[in-house]
Amino acid sequence: MTPDDFGSLYQRWLAGIRQTTDTLEDWALVGIKRRGAVLARRLLDDLGDSAGSGGPGPAYGELDISLYRDDYHLQTGAPAVLGTEISFEVEGKSIVLIDDVLYTGRTIRAALDLILDFGRPRRIWLAVLVDRGNRELPIEANFTGEFFETERNDRVQVRLKEMDDDYDGVDLTSFVETGA
Amino acid sequence: MNWNRKHLLGLEDLSREEIIELLDTAEGFREVSTRSVKKVPALRGRVVVNLFFEPSTRTRTSFELAGARLSADVLNFSGSSSSTSKGETLNDTALNIEAMGVDIVVVRHSCSGAAYQLSQVLGCSVINAGDGAHEHPTQALLDIFTIRQHKPDLEGLKVAIVGDVSHSRVARSNIWGLQKLGAEVYAVGPSTLVPNGLSRLGVKVSHNLDEVLEEVDVFNMLRIQKERQERGLFPTIREYAKLYGLNGERMKRVKEDALVLHPGPINRGVELTPEVADGPRSVILDQVSNGLAVRMAALYLVGACGPQGGQVESQRASGGES
Repeated sequence: MTPDDFGSLYQRWLAGIRQTTDTLEDWALVGIKRRGAVLARRLLDDLGDSAGSGGPGPAYGELDISLYRDDYHLQTGAPAVLGTEISFEVEGKSIVLIDDVLYTGRTIRAALDLILDFGRPRRIWLAVLVDRGNRELPIEANFTGEFFETERNDRVQVRLKEMDDDYDGVDLTSFVETGA
Repeated sequence: MNWNRKHLLGLEDLSREEIIELLDTAEGFREVSTRSVKKVPALRGRVVVNLFFEPSTRTRTSFELAGARLSADVLNFSGSSSSTSKGETLNDTALNIEAMGVDIVVVRHSCSGAAYQLSQVLGCSVINAGDGAHEHPTQALLDIFTIRQHKPDLEGLKVAIVGDVSHSRVARSNIWGLQKLGAEVYAVGPSTLVPNGLSRLGVKVSHNLDEVLEEVDVFNMLRIQKERQERGLFPTIREYAKLYGLNGERMKRVKEDALVLHPGPINRGVELTPEVADGPRSVILDQVSNGLAVRMAALYLVGACGPQGGQVESQRASGGES
């Protein structure tokens, strides 16, 4: 995927999210560390500017789901604890949860449990840049940049210039693309 | 990730990277205590036993709460009310408790090496919560964590451990840990409690607190035990307080940003006067709250390498894909 392709993928995704968030009040962008948080910061810049009717922009937070994983007993070592940063009141907020790739759905399950430990939000939407199928839990995204048909063994890696050698892209190893 | 140890027995055999990993992990746990639900499911279904053969309130409570915040089941077992008073050996007591299906044993014992011994006979993880005059790793880690909060770069930092260094496991763990992070450690106290041989550990020995007062960045004031005076290691508590206690007068001479630590419980008027203990340079209560985060980190890191961990390869890379 070329940087231009990535750019238009991101713009499509952004436009879809904006349609919903433009009419929101009292809402928050919450990214799942690490790449979901990088994407959430980009969205904060792009959505914050157009904060609807001049109201205050969204609140912002980042989640570290390492303590909420369900495969803890299968790991060879403890996943690194990066820390969760939620400094706003979750109670009653509308939350747009951001991640880069939606796969088994287990990370999202963990993220939902983590958010609920901070309080009871009004509702939660899920926005993912890439959906690669192969779900193991009944979880779907509200906003998807692009869907890729993949096998379990395929690798799908979103690259972001903030953390990956200065370029944006989606690396797909051994996959069959549909549609697009 | 710089951690693949099943036990936490002391800081002497940990590398600099492992100590930093533990401190950084503790940093990530501090936020948990600020939530409305102060609990994470990381150790759900695991059993932690506090096996304490010496009286302790704060360390045991701290481990108990740390285990609870990680959703582990925590049992307390104290030596005085137990079968050891009926003649059972340490190994037998521990093996019996382990047979009930325990994942982590946190042990405090008056014999140096007790935690190591249990790590050899038990199949589960062992955390040393103080063994004789040997080590007390989580106390030293919380001391270092607290220092790091105020002084992020420990390289070249001058840390004085004042008091009964000779009999102190807190001092020993602090010396190992601080030196690995590049700090310069001073041992200060009367020669009966701070023998010159300590300099072989790379420590700067001084028998005169006033002599080092102005150059030290951090004072870690050890608790003085009355038994030591009864054994004739120093003449009187009053004389000790006068020579080695921190008071308002001495605080006027220390560096402006000096820190005062104390592992507790404080003998007010002996190691510290109340104006110092409750004063602006004191970080004693920070030590207690940081202790919780450090013990959560210790339980979490050894727990992942426990009996169930480390056997099956992770089915997918961590992070990146959901």
